[in-house]
Amino acid sequence: MATVTDTQHAPHSHGKPSGLSRWLTATNHKDIGTLYLWFSFAMFLSGGVMALCIRAELFHPGLQFFQPELFNQFTTLHGLIMVFGAIMPAFTGLANWLLPLMIGAPDMAFARMNNWSFWLLPPAALLLLASFAVPGGAAAAGWTLYAPLSTQMGMGMDMTIFAIHIMGISSIMGSINIIVTILNLRAPGMTLMKMPMFAWATLITAYLIIAVMPVLAGAVTMVLTDRHFGTHFFNAAGGGDPILYQHVFWFFGHPEVYIMALPAFGIISHVIPTFARKPLFGYTSMVYATSSIGILSFMVWAHHMFATGMPATAQLFFMYATMLIAVPTGVKVFNWIATMWEGSMTFETPMLFAIGFIMLFTIGGLSGVTLSVAAVDIALHASYYVVAHFHYVLVAGALFSLFAAIYYWFPKMTGKMYNERLGKVHFWWSLIWFNVTFFPMHFLGLAGMPRRIPDYALQFTTFNEIASVGAFFFGLGQLIFLYNMLVSIRRGEPAPQKPWEGADTLEWQIPTPAPYHSFAEAPELEVAENGAIRAMKGGKHH
Amino acid sequence: METTEQTHYFVPSPSRWPLVGSAALFCLGLGAALTVNSLGVGKVLLALGFAILLWMLFGWFGDVIRESLNGAYHGKEDMSFRWGMGWFIFSEVMFFAAFFGALFYVRTISVPELGDMAHKLLYPDFTAAWPLSTGPGITQHYEAVAAWGLPAINTLLLLTSGATVTWAHWGLIQGKRKQLAAGLALTVLLGASFLTLQFVEYHHAFTELNLTLAAGAYGMTFFMLTGFHGLHVLLGTIILFVVLLRVLRGHFDEHNHFAFEAAAWYWHFVDVVWLLLFVFVYWL
Ligand code: HEM
Ligand SMILES: [Cu+2]
Repeated sequence: MATVTDTQHAPHSHGKPSGLSRWLTATNHKDIGTLYLWFSFAMFLSGGVMALCIRAELFHPGLQFFQPELFNQFTTLHGLIMVFGAIMPAFTGLANWLLPLMIGAPDMAFARMNNWSFWLLPPAALLLLASFAVPGGAAAAGWTLYAPLSTQMGMGMDMTIFAIHIMGISSIMGSINIIVTILNLRAPGMTLMKMPMFAWATLITAYLIIAVMPVLAGAVTMVLTDRHFGTHFFNAAGGGDPILYQHVFWFFGHPEVYIMALPAFGIISHVIPTFARKPLFGYTSMVYATSSIGILSFMVWAHHMFATGMPATAQLFFMYATMLIAVPTGVKVFNWIATMWEGSMTFETPMLFAIGFIMLFTIGGLSGVTLSVAAVDIALHASYYVVAHFHYVLVAGALFSLFAAIYYWFPKMTGKMYNERLGKVHFWWSLIWFNVTFFPMHFLGLAGMPRRIPDYALQFTTFNEIASVGAFFFGLGQLIFLYNMLVSIRRGEPAPQKPWEGADTLEWQIPTPAPYHSFAEAPELEVAENGAIRAMKGGKHH
Repeated sequence: METTEQTHYFVPSPSRWPLVGSAALFCLGLGAALTVNSLGVGKVLLALGFAILLWMLFGWFGDVIRESLNGAYHGKEDMSFRWGMGWFIFSEVMFFAAFFGALFYVRTISVPELGDMAHKLLYPDFTAAWPLSTGPGITQHYEAVAAWGLPAINTLLLLTSGATVTWAHWGLIQGKRKQLAAGLALTVLLGASFLTLQFVEYHHAFTELNLTLAAGAYGMTFFMLTGFHGLHVLLGTIILFVVLLRVLRGHFDEHNHFAFEAAAWYWHFVDVVWLLLFVFVYWL
């Protein structure tokens, strides 16, 4: 049997294919991971430009640059692109790059389908961006696409609907790949209760994606048929209800926020132990906390709907369920802090971003618990307080964890060291301007400024000016990151196999940069908790 | 079939099919968006998209079948396929869950509420009654589809087809190729009859019952749920038919027949969805 396999592998073992077709027809998990990461960065920049358009308009009250219609399109597409184009693909890209290296697999389980998962994204992004150019412009109903707004607008909305379908197919296939790789391709010795937290986090995330992306597909399909085929799902005239849309959407939407948070938790659970030079505190409780979020996140969706006039019992249920879900998240934060306790810490860029993550994500979590109080949310719903809240968990959470991950694994991916000075400048710059941008939004929200609005009452001016200035500086700072990456990939110092003293997972046991076909043969491993490698036998690369 | 001893895992070499598939979905997405807005080019794009998609499916599955026949897949790859198919079916379950959720919501919450005392001021003439009066703005007079006619026969057909596909599976495992082929052929036939009867039922609904997608909460949930289910039956029938063709060409043996099992799982999934439909859409 083995001989048959070897002839099968022959064309495959000739090293890297070259030229454009290397990327277009890639089946190598590292190439596909790279594609994902660059794509998501491009989306981050285009979504970022839209955010800056929003902030430019909001610098002063009154309309300066954009008509309200266009403003709403920017808000909508900014949200959609950041969520589906930047954050989710970036995590999938990281999972692609790292999972096989961390668990000793030769590649992802379905390498060809992996390529398809990626290459569906550019067409979907094209549909979204092109919708600005069609009559009526892009979708302008907010990233939540609430009916009845979404059942009324022009064909930009239809393009958005089909873009969401395509992105959904992409992320479902990507998730099937992740789950099957983890369940089926772990090297001998890499047991489930020992494997890296990043693998656990992506496993649960992938399961959440498969469970809820089809529900979103259902929701936008109903929008589509309401728009063009005479159904009345979200129209009381035909026995439907706009609130039904919100239920279906948020059944997807709340797990979606964990889809953007769990992989971040996984990353932080590696960066913190490495730079604290201590094993992760409470590995088992981390696994259970992550898994319980996988269940609880399906039971809280209506905390987004407190202001819809739900029955009081329902409000109470969703309020307490939401507070309950803060418990596993609290367990995680506690464990990270306990990991650092009495550690011998150093503060390289990944560690800075990880600590920044913990502090700011906790602030975002606390404002989240505040919002979970139904009585409070009635007042704060759809205000800038909410915008502040979710940017603390998305920008300072998901995005900061991604920066931590990129700096942390950059040497393994490229074989070069990034520029540490520039990295640190990037961190402090981002940390400061992030807070300048988003902290004042808490005050704006508490004072009553609604979100998704191009104009506002005069008394909100000062804080809006501060936020806008902060946003432009924050955006500028991301060019430092881009510059650092581009220069370091070409001219960075050569990186050793294990640049971080405290790193102990499998990817640091193989050469740097990671060989194009790592673990062509499964290694035999002796593993401690969180994927720490005690001994490794075999495991060929080429 | 030993999975523990296998140290190699098959990783396919670079392939253009995924990219072709992406081109197809782009054409389909854009084409559909243009078509629903009555723009003529949309139809052209849709047709093009379908053509490219078919090309991709033939090419991609062709590659997979060749690899399978050349012995590239062993226990570990087989296990991956099984997990993959299982999770794919889970995603399909969740897709239907969204529409079942909508059905339960309109039946238990929105339609009754629109007819309750609090809404009398808004809609004085509307009395909520499932299935015949399901929206205060609906003037269309329609009749509901009766459960114990064609739908009951269809239930019988699908249940029987679940049995025939299992019979075919037994044939496969015991090396009785004739039983395998006959069982599959019967299953495909039953699937095709189901689709034919559903077509008749839809025709009856449109022309004689005056029931359409626009007929309020009953009409929309009826057609969306049974329609998506029908599409899945169609897909399942095609898959089973392809498996039958492969059987006739001598593919599969007692150990190596993931494609057959995947088709059978998919078929059982479609079956279970139908039972739920029969109970909650037609019967209750
Ligand atoms: C450069 C950093 C960013 C800035 C300055 C920024 C700014 C903004 C602003 C001003 C809004 C509009 C608020 C409103 O009018 O309601 C907004 C909305 C939003 N942002 Fe960001 N944002 C940034 C990054 C991100 C990232 C990384 C995400 C990740 C997912 C994100 C997700 C969202 C979402 C989901 C919305 C809601 C859109 C909606 O109301 O439909 N943002 N952002
Ligand atoms: Cu939520």
